[in-house]
Amino acid sequence: MAKVKGAIVVDTETCKGCELCIPVCQENALSMSKNVNRKGYHYAYMSHPEACNGCTNCALVCPDRAITVYRVKVTE
Amino acid sequence: MEVLDIIKPEHQVFCKTKLMTDTALSYCPGCGHGTAHNLTMEVVDELGIVEDTIGVAPVGCSVLAYDFMNIDMTQAAHGRAPALATAISRLWPKKYVFTYQGDGDLAAIGTAETIHACNRGENIVIIFVNNGIYGMTGGQMAPTTLPGMKTSTSPYGREIETMGSPLKMTELVANLPGTYYVTRQSVHTHKNVRKAKKAIKKAFENIRLKKGVSFVEIVSNCNSGWKMNPLESNQWMEENMFPYFPLGDIKVAGKLK
Repeated sequence: MAKVKGAIVVDTETCKGCELCIPVCQENALSMSKNVNRKGYHYAYMSHPEACNGCTNCALVCPDRAITVYRVKVTE
Repeated sequence: MEVLDIIKPEHQVFCKTKLMTDTALSYCPGCGHGTAHNLTMEVVDELGIVEDTIGVAPVGCSVLAYDFMNIDMTQAAHGRAPALATAISRLWPKKYVFTYQGDGDLAAIGTAETIHACNRGENIVIIFVNNGIYGMTGGQMAPTTLPGMKTSTSPYGREIETMGSPLKMTELVANLPGTYYVTRQSVHTHKNVRKAKKAIKKAFENIRLKKGVSFVEIVSNCNSGWKMNPLESNQWMEENMFPYFPLGDIKVAGKLK
């Protein structure tokens, strides 16, 4: 059966740490980093990469479009 | 499959549109303006009307929209964006002209221009971002501020007796004969973002029909002005703004719903 796997790349310098992407992730794959970027914001990162299915919800609500989404179909 | 195997250009399904410049958005973290900017530019990109689109930036938080949107833009005096858009669309009838305005611009100082442009039925798109407050100048009371809402010029909450009721601009212009499509959307969750994008796309497609103004209101948060964090402000918006400003289409194809 084909399964969808996804991954996101967060532009850490663009991310302003608003945390809007955290609740919209149905798979709970995102968390806020303990580190800060150059502006002093905690940025989002993929804490559970295996859970991501590339649904683009996080990228859609990101006001700064800091998230790029990748998705691939894997057949097992 | 490893993460690095997934992150390849051929697997990319979503990225920032090229019609937004690399300039960092000047908005506060979590502000709906950023999403509204990006949605507008994504729609322009998808419709393939980049060279034929002219935007009019307002005065307010989004005054720098011309720095962020990588298309032909101009900027109007406070509230006069619909008047300027009227001139542009009459001089270039084949161009897609849109204004991008906040509530202090469109519903306060620009009420006359907005209502008359809508009444004349100009062939433009108006994108109206309503956050119930003057965000840029320090959180003063706007015409759309809710009753009882505390702002820096109504520190005990807005009183209806002395300050009047919040102005429902979208319902107001929906009753004018010149508007063709009037809708109210929001951009705080992924579902609402998808709906708002469809609404903006429909508004831009309506320009080809030359039937009148397409008016898209986007109810947004202003976490700095409301003195909340982004997630709290979105929840506050759902609980307090949406009962007064219900989401959905108000006028479709020139007919009130």
